[in-house]
Amino acid sequence: MSGTRVVVTGLGATSPVGGDVTSTWSALLSGQSGVDTLKHDWAEELSTQIAGEAAVDPGDVLERVKARRLDRSGQLAMVAALEGWADSGLADGGADPERVAVAMASGIGGFQTLLSNYDSLTQKGPRRVSPLAIPMLMPNGPAASIGLVVGAKAGVHTPVSACASGNESIALGIDLIRLGRADVVVAGGTEAAIHPLPLAAFGQMQALSKRNDEPQRASRPWDKGRDGFVMGEGAAVLVLESEEHARARGARVYAEVAGAGITADSHDIAQPDPSGAGATRAMQIALRESGLSPEDIVHVNAHATSTPQGDVAEAQAIRQALGAAADRVVVTSTKSMTGHLLGAAGALESLATVLALHHRVVPPTINLDDPEDLGLDVATSRRDLPSGAIAALNNSFGFGGHNVAVAFRTV
Amino acid sequence: MPTKTDIQAELAAIVEEIAGVPADDVQLDKAFVTDLDVDSLSMVEIVLAAEEKFGVRIPDDQVKNLKTVGDAVDYIDTAQA
Repeated sequence: MSGTRVVVTGLGATSPVGGDVTSTWSALLSGQSGVDTLKHDWAEELSTQIAGEAAVDPGDVLERVKARRLDRSGQLAMVAALEGWADSGLADGGADPERVAVAMASGIGGFQTLLSNYDSLTQKGPRRVSPLAIPMLMPNGPAASIGLVVGAKAGVHTPVSACASGNESIALGIDLIRLGRADVVVAGGTEAAIHPLPLAAFGQMQALSKRNDEPQRASRPWDKGRDGFVMGEGAAVLVLESEEHARARGARVYAEVAGAGITADSHDIAQPDPSGAGATRAMQIALRESGLSPEDIVHVNAHATSTPQGDVAEAQAIRQALGAAADRVVVTSTKSMTGHLLGAAGALESLATVLALHHRVVPPTINLDDPEDLGLDVATSRRDLPSGAIAALNNSFGFGGHNVAVAFRTV
Repeated sequence: MPTKTDIQAELAAIVEEIAGVPADDVQLDKAFVTDLDVDSLSMVEIVLAAEEKFGVRIPDDQVKNLKTVGDAVDYIDTAQA
């Protein structure tokens, strides 16, 4: 592949287990669940009454006037982006704005703003619709708002591929840098979908866990007792940078993002291809693009949402993609603790993958009491990774048949 | 009826809430755009909030004439009369 190496120089996150990267990572390592009972009145009639709400309300972190001009998905994105941008060291300068881009994904966008303004329209009339409704509800709103803060003039993008969106942002970030269109890309995903409409709609698809009496045990990827995913909300950002640009300014480098594979199942709008063929190809392409062999991979952060079909199909895909090397790979599901952050999932889990390589430790997968026979080594407690040059994959799949695998390696 | 001073105080609270301008800075001679840095979308929000607060109608074609805080206070005062 192209000679341009792309590295990760900044991280930002706000998640169901922590309001920043440090607290999120520490909670993940200690196996803490961010899922709880929803205490809103609207939850009472829903079949699923649990979710992973953001541990820290973004409205408490951002300046009030700035927060009120953003949909909750934009607020979460902004919190993560400000942290990541500061963490990269670029907040104090060091990047030419015309060489900075943003790729900030969302699965659903600012629909809470859409719905609240529809309420204003029907209850009070067109003059009570907010003039901020459009910039707040448009799916590219978070990306554009971040672009204003970081001064991105090389393009601002919003990949949308359901629950693969966050990973697709990172794949796009790699492309933008390798094509020479940017030196720095603020890449990530955001989602704020804990609201009765998506909970009802995913519930009608029979996609959500109904383990309402045990919220922290409801997200249980690969466990025989799993009964669907648990919705989470949050955002995560990886500041991607060409290695040359990062080295020239002496930036701290967490890991290299080595390559990505994007495929589509062309099988069904909602069900994963049970053969796992599309997911397998995504991982194979990510390896090929990265110049990695299956033997280089020590860790896979799986998509593993805790749905009956998806988890098993993915396990099969991992074995198909890695062959015999799959026996030596430590597999984990971050969602066992955070729930499923939809369009932010790929970004948060890429961040966890980067930190796993950087610190050489994999967080546990919790609630795996009665595992399926997967033929995979799923870490149920914190697991150290070997020394030397190592690499990892992060998988994300989405309704629509989207499969995105991203490969990271140590530097 | 509220006095112009009352209207100014209420309007200042609205401007602070929406645009983040300290209420003390919202003086009669200040222009919304050039002095208080209120952007066009925030101006629409301020107008809508003022309509609700003072029970008046401020038509879109009048908004461009409300350049200063004093203009807005006078308009609201007249509309309420």
